[in-house]
Amino acid sequence: MEEHKPHIVEYLTNIYVWIALAVLTVITIWVSEFDLKLLTVAVALGVASIKATLVLMYFMHLRFDSKILTFMVLITMIVFLSLIVFTFIDYSYRA
Amino acid sequence: MTNTLKHTDFYDNEGKPAWKAWLTTTDHKRIGLLYFYSLTVFFLVGVLLGLMMRFELISPGKDLVEAQTYNGLFTLHGVIMIFLFVIPGIPAVFGNLTLPLLLGARDVAFPKLNLLSWYLYIGGAVLALSTLLVGDGPPDTGWTFYAPYSVKTGTNVSMAVLAAFILGFSSILTGLNFLTTIHRMRCHGMTWFRMPLFAWALYATSWIQLLATPVVGITLLMIVVERWLGIGLFDPVLGGDPVLYQHLFWIYSHPAVYIMILPGMGVISEIIPTFSRRRIFGYKAIAYASLAIAFIGYFVWGHHMFTSGMSGPARIIFSILTFLVAIPSAIKVFNWLATMYNGSIDHKPPMLYALGFIFLFLVGGLSGLVVGALATDVHLHDTYFVVGHFHYVMFGGTGFAFFAALHYWFPKIFGKMYNLKHATRAFWLLFTGFNILYFPMLVVGIMGMPRRYYDYLPQFQVPNVISTIGSWITTAGLIYMIVVIVKGIRHGEKASSNPWNGLTLDWQTDSPPTKENFDAIPTVTERPYEYK
Ligand code: HEM
Repeated sequence: MEEHKPHIVEYLTNIYVWIALAVLTVITIWVSEFDLKLLTVAVALGVASIKATLVLMYFMHLRFDSKILTFMVLITMIVFLSLIVFTFIDYSYRA
Repeated sequence: MTNTLKHTDFYDNEGKPAWKAWLTTTDHKRIGLLYFYSLTVFFLVGVLLGLMMRFELISPGKDLVEAQTYNGLFTLHGVIMIFLFVIPGIPAVFGNLTLPLLLGARDVAFPKLNLLSWYLYIGGAVLALSTLLVGDGPPDTGWTFYAPYSVKTGTNVSMAVLAAFILGFSSILTGLNFLTTIHRMRCHGMTWFRMPLFAWALYATSWIQLLATPVVGITLLMIVVERWLGIGLFDPVLGGDPVLYQHLFWIYSHPAVYIMILPGMGVISEIIPTFSRRRIFGYKAIAYASLAIAFIGYFVWGHHMFTSGMSGPARIIFSILTFLVAIPSAIKVFNWLATMYNGSIDHKPPMLYALGFIFLFLVGGLSGLVVGALATDVHLHDTYFVVGHFHYVMFGGTGFAFFAALHYWFPKIFGKMYNLKHATRAFWLLFTGFNILYFPMLVVGIMGMPRRYYDYLPQFQVPNVISTIGSWITTAGLIYMIVVIVKGIRHGEKASSNPWNGLTLDWQTDSPPTKENFDAIPTVTERPYEYK
């Protein structure tokens, strides 16, 4: 089995990511003031996804680990998204 | 890991009392056997309930049980067979018994987690069976627990649903364990494309266990929340949507049928080349077909809901996707046939069960296309055609693959050999009984007999009588098989380490294997089925 080499992320990087997360949170709150109609949920989920991606990549070290792990997370996300989309194909076309 | 290996087989208790050595074991082979014995018990309980149903259906009107008892019978029969037998089935028993052997590893990646999975399984099973004894009677919803009925019925649904929830965790942990084992524990030289096909099948299955099971967990909890707190999720009276329940339920339960069948296909892919003395035809195609089935299998759940009031476009899309899954399944069947072509086929019991699997799975798969097509399903939905279809795939497919695996790895696990002549006869009895039991169900379904009733119109009697007689022959076959196996375990002749002349790593170690499987971790230099 290959040796596990711990990767140390610099403090500064962590702080940048933290600031980015805070800014994105502010954006989520700010956007909720506007009535975006159909897009409301999409925008909220979009921003949340960016935040989740940052957490996964930097705080959970996906970026520094083997590519296969990123691939697995991607597959999981694709499956999850498709499940939602297919369910809504039913709901959006109900008579 | 110790480097000094003792030369005792894995049955040695090393001075501990037997009960302690078994109940605290972390050896994958022992855990596999724990699963094997517990699964067998639940399977037999399920068969008994099935026999009772068939007896009730021997003539119209009441014969054996009341209507409400019958509702409990088919629900428990379904819950036991699905959650306690076919879903854990091959991965929990034969995956545990052989995966590390096939990969040239000493154990699975997380041995303690493996034992925990078994305890969760037993906990869930005890809870499921106790619905029989406590509260207001066994659940009567069918194994699908459809809302809003499951939210309203006075029977013991909450407990059965919690049982399924716990069993789900057992399944998730097994999946996680196998995924990690396959990624991390392959021996030297065992590249992905030198892995035996059973390992590939378990790999695809594990992904489904890991990604789909949580969905059913949360769905079942939603039922409990609705029953206990009255929150309107599925009941229209409370503002819920019953079709949402069906979506959530089948988002898991359809991929779950691939949890049942993929490992079975993996077993067949091991047996066919060994007993045909041929290199497997289209190794990569079979491996990729497993992944394709697992992937496409996520997106076909809607075909259970064609008549539930789903929108038109959704029905059409789900029907098309359903037909797509047939492609990788057919690829496997053609590859097995092509492997046998020109081979020197040896009709030993494992091979007979494998051939039985191909035949029965073909009937099950093709009848599946009939209900997968939108127009025909409107006529056949909720009839006995569906009951016939899923018994062909689950019992004829997964069940027969389970028996195939049992007869194939028996000498490896027990170090002995069963009586080949009697095992062959038991196969033929079982195979014949099976078709007499289930083929009439396909026919009577097309005639229009609905499922889940204890009574039927007089014109359906002839096929029902034939089917009930079939259930007796099937049971006789099962008993015969069990006797042969038990006799083999107790008095069988000693088996050599490689009685079938297999080439995969499981056959290159002792029978029964030592505690740590291999004296030295092997090195692999070629593909698994290079029969010359
Ligand atoms: C001798 C063996 C068996 C017999 C006689 C038998 C008989 C039956 C019958 C008559 C029904 C239909 C009940 C109805 O709709 O009114 C049924 C349902 C069912 N069977 Fe079996 N069966 C047997 C083995 C199995 C096996 C091995 C499995 C799974 C691997 C299985 C899974 C199911 C399931 C899931 C249902 C549906 C229950 C429901 O409607 O909720 N059965 N069985």
